[in-house]
Amino acid sequence: MEIFSIRSARKTFDNSLDVLQDISISISRGEVVAIIGPSGSGKSTLLRCATLLETLDSGELYFSGERAAWNNENGETVYAGAQKLREIKSKFGLVFQNFNLFPHYSVLKNITDAPLSVQKREKDEVMRTARSLMDKMGLTEKADAYPFQLSGGQQQRVSIARALAMNPDILFFDEPTSALDPELTGEILRVIRALAAEHMTMVIVTHEIEFARNVADRIIFIADGVIVEEGPAEALVSNPQNERTRTFLNHFQR
Amino acid sequence: MRFSVMLSKLGEGMVTSVLIFTLTLLFSLPLGLIVALARMSKNGLLRSFTRIYISVMRGTPLMLQLLVVYFGPYYLLGIPLSSGYRFWAVIIAFSVNYAAYFAEIYRGGIESMPAGQYEAARVLGYSETQIFLKIILPQVIKRIIPSITNEVITLIKDTSLAFSIAVTEMFTVAKAIASSEKTMVSYAAAGVFYYVFNFIVAFVMETIEKKLNYYR
Repeated sequence: MEIFSIRSARKTFDNSLDVLQDISISISRGEVVAIIGPSGSGKSTLLRCATLLETLDSGELYFSGERAAWNNENGETVYAGAQKLREIKSKFGLVFQNFNLFPHYSVLKNITDAPLSVQKREKDEVMRTARSLMDKMGLTEKADAYPFQLSGGQQQRVSIARALAMNPDILFFDEPTSALDPELTGEILRVIRALAAEHMTMVIVTHEIEFARNVADRIIFIADGVIVEEGPAEALVSNPQNERTRTFLNHFQR
Repeated sequence: MRFSVMLSKLGEGMVTSVLIFTLTLLFSLPLGLIVALARMSKNGLLRSFTRIYISVMRGTPLMLQLLVVYFGPYYLLGIPLSSGYRFWAVIIAFSVNYAAYFAEIYRGGIESMPAGQYEAARVLGYSETQIFLKIILPQVIKRIIPSITNEVITLIKDTSLAFSIAVTEMFTVAKAIASSEKTMVSYAAAGVFYYVFNFIVAFVMETIEKKLNYYR
């Protein structure tokens, strides 16, 4: 069953080379997909368009069968109304490279505030969910701490918990380990691996090729705004078909 | 005049000074936020209008603005001056002037907020109003408190400008006593009053700043 799809996505910026040229991706329930590619390839723009932080020039977006954006007769993207988009935003979560936690909220409040004040869920239920997420993320001791008191790895775990507390159908990660020291990278990769084991649907933009190979079902290699190659993770990394993919992967094999 | 009588007269003037101070803050702090939002609005007309407003308020003396607000209704519209209007002319002129300064402080604070805070909140589905009130504004307040403290302290001293339209605040009283009693003592006493007032306000602001230090 399809959880998310982006169809024929195009996006150009006035003053940036970062573009998307006719990209289509479909993600099924429980699938873990890694997106790799050189910087400036458009993979971050793709993720920002998928999470509605950036608008497409042309193309369509679907979340769990609901239409978030479609083309008008001129082939330009139009978006659903504000109310509809708010509903759709409950269907996905995004984990940022620099965490973007709310510094004035405690760990617990970072996790519980949106479920309470955006989704208007029951307080008892939200608290239970938050407690179990903190437990899972090894943050139980840190419930009352503020983000500045935490290590980068802990902050990223809070931001994953914050996204999961919304009960999303799909979780997007934008280079979740790029802002972390190597020794902290491991703890985030372990968390993502554990989520994969629970069949959480995830799309991960990453530079960690080995990790992508181990945890992803499928890898998509993007360069210059187009999908150059995609396929089962192991096959794509060990036996790339395209010359550009080979060149890119060679940079990681020292 | 006995020293104690002088002090009690100055004290009465001080009540007016404190009232001017309090009412000006009460009106100019929220007004400044509205002006700041207009200054950053998508509407070009609104933006230009507030830019000119801020430029005029910061580019002309407060005393001049006070005189315009007080005498303007009479000279421009022929409305007779009432003595009750004196005090409110001070409040209007001060509030409008300080709102311009506060607006620029708010704007600086709002523009210093990292885009990631907006993005994280948008992805979580917060409405734009919720984002501003729950996520952005509390952090902006923490960032701008030191600049606000500066303005607030200047305001205490600016209350003495009400003297120029004969509102009997503390400085007006001090000057009246000085000329009738041929003494400098009333000025010295007024100076002490202003200093103590400032000291208290600075202490309060510092306490607020410390209270907000629970996060970084």
